[in-house]
Amino acid sequence: MTISSPAPAHRRVAAQAAFETRAILRNGEQLLVTIVMPVLLLVGLVRTSVVGLDTGGVDRVDFVTPGILALACVTTSFTSQAIATAFDRRNGVLRLLSTTPLGRGGLLAGKVLGVLAVQGVQVAVIGVVALALGWQPELSGVVPAIGLGLAGTAAFTALALLLAGTLRAEGVLAVANLVLVLLVVGGGLIVPPAELPGPLAPLATFLPSGALGEGLRGALLGTGVPPLSAVVLLAWAAALGVGARRLFRWH
Amino acid sequence: MPTTDTPPGVAVDVRRLRKTYGGRDVVDGLDLQATAGAVTAVLGPNGAGKTTTVECCEGLRSPDAGTVRVLGLDPVADAAALRPRVGAMLQDGGLPTGVRAMEMLRHVSRMYAAPRDVDELAERLGLHAFARTTVRRLSGGQRQRLALAAAVVGGPEVVFLDEPSAGMDPQSRRAVWDLVRELRADGVAVVLTTHLMDEAEDLADVVHVVDHGRVIASGDVPALLSDGASGSAPQVRFAARPGLAVGALAERLTRGAPDGGWSATEPEPGEYVVTGAVGPSTLAELTGWLAEQDTLTTRLTVGRRTLEDVFLDLTGRHLR
Repeated sequence: MTISSPAPAHRRVAAQAAFETRAILRNGEQLLVTIVMPVLLLVGLVRTSVVGLDTGGVDRVDFVTPGILALACVTTSFTSQAIATAFDRRNGVLRLLSTTPLGRGGLLAGKVLGVLAVQGVQVAVIGVVALALGWQPELSGVVPAIGLGLAGTAAFTALALLLAGTLRAEGVLAVANLVLVLLVVGGGLIVPPAELPGPLAPLATFLPSGALGEGLRGALLGTGVPPLSAVVLLAWAAALGVGARRLFRWH
Repeated sequence: MPTTDTPPGVAVDVRRLRKTYGGRDVVDGLDLQATAGAVTAVLGPNGAGKTTTVECCEGLRSPDAGTVRVLGLDPVADAAALRPRVGAMLQDGGLPTGVRAMEMLRHVSRMYAAPRDVDELAERLGLHAFARTTVRRLSGGQRQRLALAAAVVGGPEVVFLDEPSAGMDPQSRRAVWDLVRELRADGVAVVLTTHLMDEAEDLADVVHVVDHGRVIASGDVPALLSDGASGSAPQVRFAARPGLAVGALAERLTRGAPDGGWSATEPEPGEYVVTGAVGPSTLAELTGWLAEQDTLTTRLTVGRRTLEDVFLDLTGRHLR
């Protein structure tokens, strides 16, 4: 009998990433949260004045689009990933895949790459719609914006795994959706922390959502990334990463 | 490579395994070995510790005490080296619900450098009939067959099957058993947990009966059948309408063969056991007596306890 050997690590991770990406893009509810909702919000906020925004004199589309990109980042790395991982955990999928040569590390790497792939699709769709609405992003801000997006993805994926690895699947479903709504309304993603009422303003500044929103606005409006936003985001990524590593339960 | 004094040919070696959840010993000093080219059944009632034991062998749980070696390696510390060589079918399936059946199998096959032919395997287990159905819509038996295919697609040397026949129709079971026998013929060490007596009796080379986290009896099926708690006295078991006057039957047998040491009992309503010097004339006497009672026996076995008898003798008849 020959000894069975594993496929090379990069092939295993690539296969898992493609598997995760297809699973998200084929799931109706996931598509609704990750693609349809951000695009509807973008069009709604740019074309109507239902929500009053102090854009500081810049075009509405230039002001809103970075926030929508921040929201898109959160929907994929947090909401969608938390729910998918929680149900995979409950159904034993995580345990089964960790008995294959993929292992736990490969599973995690595949998930993160899957998130990044979906985010690529989101940026393409939202970018095209925003450009059609007249968006003129500051091109020198694109590279810092990508860096912030990666830091935000790290922080929110870690938060997703923290929830998915500790709570019941039904609980995660509820919490992940509730948190998303709260972050959209009062987390500083789309409406800048400074424009939020009362104690929400300083609070949102120090939330990863506020830091991501402010950072992307600074980068893509050409006013520069506030150093505080970058520091806050990286600190959350580190703290949540440690928390997820410590507390995640595979069973 | 870390090795212990595991004898050659022993693929799975569990010694004094202990695992505690919330202060309760689920596995309590369990010893178990499984050899290559053999089917080893871990037979026990629900909650006996079967699944926990298997999960320790798969590297999914760490033992609290004792040692576990699979192919001479530690399932937790040497996980990366073991994963390509060990296949697992989990009790809860572990199949993602949103993907199509064959897509799932192909995905798992991509984790191996030289997997088995996916289409051939699908043909063997009848997966093509629901290849494009999402896992969520599969029946229990279909899911089990898919999970088995995923467990063996990498061409493993050791396979752990946790309750493989749960929820299966007879055709599925036959297909699964055929595949298990083929794995054994190919030299694979197959470890299966079950509480189905016929599965253990028909499929297993060695049976370990587990209860309360320990192995309480081990051996091949003939050895277990001849050497149970109630001894190896020849006996006849038969089923008939409840409430027959078994005392009269024992007297009749004693008249025919006075030194036979006869006894006749009805341990459960409608289930009768006759022990003594069972010979050809015993059956003539017995059926003659039944005819006089105008009673038809619906089942009659001679001299041989079933694995279920042994199991119930060992683990008790009370519900738990």
